[in-house]
Amino acid sequence: MSADAVDNSKRRFLVSATTVVGAVGAGFVAVPFVKSWNPSARALAAGAPVLADISKLEEGQMITVEWRGKPVYVLKRTDDNMKDLASDVDMLADINSDMSKQPEYCKNVGRSYDKHTKVSVMEGVCTHLGCAPKYVPDLNNPYAGALGSDWKGGFFCPCHGSIYDLSGRVYKSMPAPTNLPVPPHVFKSDTVILIGQDGSNA
Amino acid sequence: MEQKSNGLMGWIDARYPATKTWEKHLAKYYTPKNFNFWYFFGSLAFLVLVIQILSGVFLTMFYKPDTALAFQSVEMGIMRDVEWGWLIRYFHSTGASAFFIVIYLHMFRALLYGSYKKPRELIWIFGMLIFLALMAEGFMGYLLPWGQMSFWGAQVIINLVSAIPFVGEGLGIWVRGDFVIGDATLNRFFSLHVAAIPLILVGLIFAHIVALHEVGSNNPDGVEIKKNKDANGIPLDGIPFHPYYSVKDIVGVIVFLMFFSIVVFFMPEMFGYFIEHANFEPANPLKTPEHIAPVWYFTPYYSVLRAVPSIAGSAFPGVIAMGASIVVLFFLPWLDRNPVKSIRYRANWYKALLAIFVVAFIILGILGTLSPTDGRTLLAQICTVYYFAFFLLMPIYTKFEKNKPVPERVTMK
Repeated sequence: MSADAVDNSKRRFLVSATTVVGAVGAGFVAVPFVKSWNPSARALAAGAPVLADISKLEEGQMITVEWRGKPVYVLKRTDDNMKDLASDVDMLADINSDMSKQPEYCKNVGRSYDKHTKVSVMEGVCTHLGCAPKYVPDLNNPYAGALGSDWKGGFFCPCHGSIYDLSGRVYKSMPAPTNLPVPPHVFKSDTVILIGQDGSNA
Repeated sequence: MEQKSNGLMGWIDARYPATKTWEKHLAKYYTPKNFNFWYFFGSLAFLVLVIQILSGVFLTMFYKPDTALAFQSVEMGIMRDVEWGWLIRYFHSTGASAFFIVIYLHMFRALLYGSYKKPRELIWIFGMLIFLALMAEGFMGYLLPWGQMSFWGAQVIINLVSAIPFVGEGLGIWVRGDFVIGDATLNRFFSLHVAAIPLILVGLIFAHIVALHEVGSNNPDGVEIKKNKDANGIPLDGIPFHPYYSVKDIVGVIVFLMFFSIVVFFMPEMFGYFIEHANFEPANPLKTPEHIAPVWYFTPYYSVLRAVPSIAGSAFPGVIAMGASIVVLFFLPWLDRNPVKSIRYRANWYKALLAIFVVAFIILGILGTLSPTDGRTLLAQICTVYYFAFFLLMPIYTKFEKNKPVPERVTMK
């Protein structure tokens, strides 16, 4: 074979083979860099379940506990509230929480355990863009103008104006698409809730 | 290109294209002689870049990217303890807003005089990529002081990622590096803000200018000066960038620095628009501020996001609309089918359409800083529809445009 003759097909093959092998190599090298952005072992450990003590929680009151860096609302509703929740359903977007996130044992009107029906546990994270909705039990608050005069209590998101009822169910035609998520939780006793872990004491 | 053959410059030129580069890009870069006010903003953008890099390098010396220390290192350390730290910080925070003011005016200049049209499509695309990089830079930089608005602004924006169907939730956790915005997020944003994105920005600006100097600058008449050259091949309507425009740009620099100084020294927060009031409180993941609004330069797109209602239980359509409102700009060179570049020789009704577009864009920007009500949402929806119609209907309406005669040579209006 003469020295100055160029075999173009061989050259093309070598160029494409080098390119492919190089690209595969670059792909493998990218893996550790991409994976380094996953939650670290420490962050994963910090995502463990937390306890909430509700022995001092009166009806109509709400406490906020932190789980996985998110505010989790623990709200104790009154008997009147429970009646309103069952009857005022016309304005809700997802009455039965079919499109929303909650454990199966909380897929009901109160979005709570049957045994502790008045106690609602939900993530205080608006399903629109993740702001924390404000608990507004009555019209005595700065947002009254957006709520209407027959307000029966619920949540109002100050970012984009989404309104939820006391079960965290979103109203119709709001920026938020679905109800507030209910995290997995379990009653360790009548006054202590473990948030972040499923249970079957319903 | 002449090169000196002796002396120190001769020695250098034999080894490095120093004189050649100087002449190609400055002393013998022929620029249309009819530049007006709008042509200050390119060089001003470069000036602001220098201000940001200089002040940013020094802020990095005193800032601590740790959620336990970040807020304190800014508000106590840099603002109070470090000598002149407050000034360097206000240079940087005012520079961020100045960057966007200058860039928006620079982009509007391109709209006025058709600077995105053939043969300058790539200049426009590089420019749009610079704009995107700048938005990423601004967004990540705003998290670093770790104030309430830093945290909640980032929360809202990162949740946009989580709105993507199926992969969104995992992607959101990947971006944050945690289940919530925290130390991991702050550290990676710091790294991207001070190292990765500035490098990308500088590279893109280099490509932007290389492309510009290859085809030459447009001008307020939209006439190609390279079509009329003298016997030496020099454009008849061209003057060397240096010293003519380098000196003229100094005037722009001085006027700009006057305004810049007024803001830095007398109103660095700009009544809550450049630095929002809630950002003087440390980030608190359990307490949402009464009202969350992004910094002013993002508000037009934020309004577009809010104007689109959620469909079938997903906020994704709004996210798509917001993305599309920026992506559509990339296609501008191919949407505008009118061969005439300058607004001076285009139909009066096109001028009106462009003017309404500017008004709609400003209204969207203002609405994005306010909390939504029914009336405001409707107004945002109208402006959003106009925004998209202006661009997407361009291929149709620009065909029917009756242009005025374009002169052969540039005019000196």
